[in-house]
Amino acid sequence: MKRKTRRLWMVIACVACIGSAAGLTLRAFSSNIVFFMAPSQLKAHPPAADRTVRLGGMVVAGSLHRETHNGEPVNAFQITDGQAAIEVHFTGILPDLFREGQSVVALGSLQRDGDFTASEVLAKHDETYMPKEVADELKRTGKWDPRFGKAPDASSWDTMTAKKPASDTQSLKTGG
Amino acid sequence: MRATPNLLHRYANPGQFLRLSRVLLPWLTAGALLFLGAGVAWGLFFAPADWQQGETVRIMYVHVPMAWLASSCYLGLAVCSVLSLVWRHPLADLAAIEIGPVGACAAALCLVTGSLWGEPMWGTWWVWDARLTSVLVLFFLYLGHIALIRAFDEPARGQKAAAVLALAGAVDLPIIKFSVQWWNTLHQPDSITLTGAPTMSLTMLWPLLLTTLGFTLGVAAVIFTRLSAAIHESRTRQLLARSRLDRTDTHAA
Repeated sequence: MKRKTRRLWMVIACVACIGSAAGLTLRAFSSNIVFFMAPSQLKAHPPAADRTVRLGGMVVAGSLHRETHNGEPVNAFQITDGQAAIEVHFTGILPDLFREGQSVVALGSLQRDGDFTASEVLAKHDETYMPKEVADELKRTGKWDPRFGKAPDASSWDTMTAKKPASDTQSLKTGG
Repeated sequence: MRATPNLLHRYANPGQFLRLSRVLLPWLTAGALLFLGAGVAWGLFFAPADWQQGETVRIMYVHVPMAWLASSCYLGLAVCSVLSLVWRHPLADLAAIEIGPVGACAAALCLVTGSLWGEPMWGTWWVWDARLTSVLVLFFLYLGHIALIRAFDEPARGQKAAAVLALAGAVDLPIIKFSVQWWNTLHQPDSITLTGAPTMSLTMLWPLLLTTLGFTLGVAAVIFTRLSAAIHESRTRQLLARSRLDRTDTHAA
């Protein structure tokens, strides 16, 4: 019994040591673990010229310009975090989820003129999962414009979908 | 889990486990088939498509349960390791051997389904963000555990080494869980939290909960089956070894 208690304390001590070691390591490297920098961070601490960084934020509504040069799509848009905005230039095909008001992450470098040249643009999906009918209804009634940011709190539109699962369970019951 | 050693010895005894497993297995299997059938049918055919992800959102009905199970199985592995290291319980060692490959499959499926979703949605199969990387580390921890626990001629040594590895690797679990809060990642934050209301339509949340419950019961059934088989196998080995011993005894006499 005594030996077991000693082993238990040893296991607890080892786990605590490994845990704090991992915690301190992650803290120390936390600036490298972040996947992207926000426009205001990038402007406050500009990286060395030609250093590749990731810039993340929301695409500003009305800022997107698409053109085609020599059969290649050339895109220009602004990314903002609400405090600062940076103009991004990207030649290539944008992901399906890319739109104004969407969060995106651009890989590239900050130019001398303050613009950002991206070699790759990824769309970020947020934690909101909403059926198309609900999104259409929110847009139609003017409660939400996806171009200006995140969807409203789910509790405000959950009731709109509450009818849907009832009919779904019914069709399940009748179907199965 | 089991606080006092007395309780531990009563319920974690292999014979008791076999009796418990014989009672529980039909219920686990039936529950898994029922909930998985309902959840998959609802999720794939009746749940609405997402307004921007379209039909791709349905990958979530497999991806989220696999992520949950990969973490839960690892937690089970860590608990078994403590039981094995501190109380030297033979059932905990057998359980660790049997949980490992199941958890590794869940982690692999989580990574694969996530990748299949990421390509059309994010525009990339893979990024090295904190969430994806920490889950990949979890997958490698599983592989390491599977290899280590079988690496020694003397099983007890492998089991001890693997238990230490599993326990040390458990630091990865909070990192996976909180990676999307501690650092900015490409992976979205949790839609379902203990503290707040879900940010997911109820029409998608219900099938997700059903498939999660179904997969969980199914994995429990698989682990119970594997563990019962392992107990029977070790008993058979012991019997064989004993009969061989008896034979040599009689020859000697």
